[in-house]
Amino acid sequence: MVAGYNTVSLGTGRKEFHPKKPRPGLDDYIKEAGQGVLQQIGGAKNVDEAVFGNFIGARFNRQANLAAFMPFIDEGLRYKPAVRVEGACASGALALVTGIRSVLAETAEVVLVLGVEVQNSVKAIYGADILAAAGWANERKDGHAYYFPGKFSDRAKAYQEKFGDEKPREAMAQWFVNAIENARLCPTAQEHHNNTEDLWALGMMKPNPRGFVSSLNVFDCSKVSDGASAIAVISEEGLKRIGIPKSEAIEIMGIGQAEDDITQPPDDPTILATTREAVKKAMESAGITKDQLGTVECHDCFTIAGIMATEAIGFAPHGGGAEFILEGNTRRDGKVPFNTTGGLVGWGHPTGATGVHQAITIWEQLTGRAGDSQIPITSERPYGLSINMGGDDKSLVSIVYKRAE
Amino acid sequence: MNYTERLSNVTVLGAAGKMGSGILLLTAQEMADLSLKPENKGKVFVINAIDVSSEALVGLMRYIRVQAVKAAEKKTVQLRTAYADRPDLIDNSDIIQQYVEDVMLIIRPSIYLEPTYGSTLVFEAIKEDPELKVKILSQIDQNNPKKPWYFTNTSSIPITQLDEKANLGGRIIGFHFYNPPAVQKLVELIKSDHTLPEVEEFALQYAKNLRKVIVPSADFAGFVGNGHFMRDAIHGISEATMLAKEVSLPGAIYMVNKVSQEYLVRPMGIFQLIDYVGVDVCQYIMSVMNPYLPDEDLHSDLLDRMIDLGVKGGQNSDGSQKDGILKYDKGRPVGVFNPDTKQYDMIADFQTACDDMLGVLPSSLQPWKSVAFSPKKENLLQAIFDEEKVMNTLGAELARKYAKRSKEIGLKLVADHVAFSEKDVNTVLLTGFFHAYGPINNYLD
Repeated sequence: MVAGYNTVSLGTGRKEFHPKKPRPGLDDYIKEAGQGVLQQIGGAKNVDEAVFGNFIGARFNRQANLAAFMPFIDEGLRYKPAVRVEGACASGALALVTGIRSVLAETAEVVLVLGVEVQNSVKAIYGADILAAAGWANERKDGHAYYFPGKFSDRAKAYQEKFGDEKPREAMAQWFVNAIENARLCPTAQEHHNNTEDLWALGMMKPNPRGFVSSLNVFDCSKVSDGASAIAVISEEGLKRIGIPKSEAIEIMGIGQAEDDITQPPDDPTILATTREAVKKAMESAGITKDQLGTVECHDCFTIAGIMATEAIGFAPHGGGAEFILEGNTRRDGKVPFNTTGGLVGWGHPTGATGVHQAITIWEQLTGRAGDSQIPITSERPYGLSINMGGDDKSLVSIVYKRAE
Repeated sequence: MNYTERLSNVTVLGAAGKMGSGILLLTAQEMADLSLKPENKGKVFVINAIDVSSEALVGLMRYIRVQAVKAAEKKTVQLRTAYADRPDLIDNSDIIQQYVEDVMLIIRPSIYLEPTYGSTLVFEAIKEDPELKVKILSQIDQNNPKKPWYFTNTSSIPITQLDEKANLGGRIIGFHFYNPPAVQKLVELIKSDHTLPEVEEFALQYAKNLRKVIVPSADFAGFVGNGHFMRDAIHGISEATMLAKEVSLPGAIYMVNKVSQEYLVRPMGIFQLIDYVGVDVCQYIMSVMNPYLPDEDLHSDLLDRMIDLGVKGGQNSDGSQKDGILKYDKGRPVGVFNPDTKQYDMIADFQTACDDMLGVLPSSLQPWKSVAFSPKKENLLQAIFDEEKVMNTLGAELARKYAKRSKEIGLKLVADHVAFSEKDVNTVLLTGFFHAYGPINNYLD
């Protein structure tokens, strides 16, 4: 993988965002991110095919058939093959996996993978309806007005009932603080302009069940975002053809995919069992252990999901995730920095783009091009791990990466 | 008759006016919420929206629909529970749409008074004219066999006078919303000498359900709110008149407006506030209050002159500000009416000269918006007034005088027993006028 490009994650928090002023649309984001990659790989002629990841443009933007936007990026892509894949918020990583499979099957050497979502087209209360499609439709009627915050609030509640109110609450606040501090270092992050002094106080704000959900506050939530991320998935031969040195790329070391039954509630709401399964598969296929991970991009759609992810990976025992975070292990200067450009809480969560954005952050970190966000990558811990989740721990993709040699 | 029964047939008089429309909106929502309770399923709730203008009622219905959507969007969490028994309403959008429909179904617009004769509760928000109010209230009371209760929104007329002249036997209370009623938290509650205790009890419950802040006021013309505002306005006008000896009248008005907004950290300057309320409305309220104030003259020649020249202010039906003493562009003052030329002088033409006269601004000064909602509000305000206390500029001097006069007015309202406490006066200014601080304070001590 090489040549990643992120647009700005636009939405509340960005100075240039104004809910009542016209903003870029799906097509603008696709073009910007797509061209951003083409410029780094010698143009459209080098692309064999494209994969688009998008959750639900058909409802947010009245736009389907996204694959047909490929030639809109560059005329040189006209008549080449493309496909759009969907798996709710995991659409981005599913697009990556689809591209990777194509390269592994040797049907393509160079695949342009692009994730995109534009969500600020409707108010949050209506956006909640649209995003609820990531859950089982039969459950919508009994669900919360803010459906997914409701789902993860239930998980947070169960977690706090089991492991105490205080520490998990503090860990959620700390997760938020880390996210914003990281986002401040990344110019495309939605919270890049955040200059609030006392982030901890915001993170500790008491949930308001009357207006929102019972066990999460708004700072525990990922952002409502518009944006696109794109990267090229290229075989060794492809890199040679284009003339990009391997050292500029990252290698896919392992992939773990897992699906759980969308009609069933989690066996134990305090565990991200499908995440655990996907991570296990990814690390096994890469042949590595968690102690070799130098950085992780996890799917912190809510801060509680960040806590549970540390447990699903195995960094902390069940119920120990809060402590692990409060000890500073996931901070950018900690043992294993998580979400170094802010994650879904800080960088933003343009749903269909998120999985691709995670891969780009890891590509930047492992190849030393993360700018102000750069963390040191050591030879003892040379691997990166990403976790992209669709729905309430239903569609999971985990990928292990390493700088190519 | 319990709370729900009292609210099952209601009338709002003057429903298309700026106060009436807000009262109608809030009450219709409260009634819709009641109708959604399990024990009230199947019961009919009616609110008559009565206004003299058919055209205005069309605008009203449009306004209510837009506002009901906004309200429903804010309380969707609760509405999902209220509509839990409706399997056909699944998405938030379904539920919001249904709620808006339910609110609209309650409202019956009419230009005739007859529907009022079946109501058990009547909100009165018609023109601030004592005789007209008495006439309408009497007519309804004579024709309505249900002995309805009357909530008058008068901002200046003594309630006892309405009670006695319309022969209502204590079935009336002053329930004075602030503009716009859907936003401002304050309601002044004024009992007549005869108000029945059950009327007051209901009023308190209704206010609580609407999440309003109640400040009781004695039944004295102008009550607390206008008791402060009108005197405050007279002070501003008199300062401008004096300044006009040195600069043009538009320049003087601009300066006083600026001092009363920026130096005093208020949401708008005093002349803008007069325009917001309506120049003619201010003049009228003063004329209603003045006969009750033997030792002061609550009257302004300048306002009379402006009104004679057709300068009225007030708002358009969409809530935007009409030109008044000031001329507005996108809600911001850009000109000041010059009675001599009968035209607006553009502020840009004299702003620099006037600002120079006022002198440098205090360095700690921040706009109202950044102060009022800051957790460090007290510190910010103290820093601003600490500077203004010692600065030797015309602007600071005017600000000191203004703040002192405002405090004096507040203290007098307490001394005269119009307000029942200093805190009440401050609450009125904080919640009815959106001030960042109450007039009775020690910032300048």
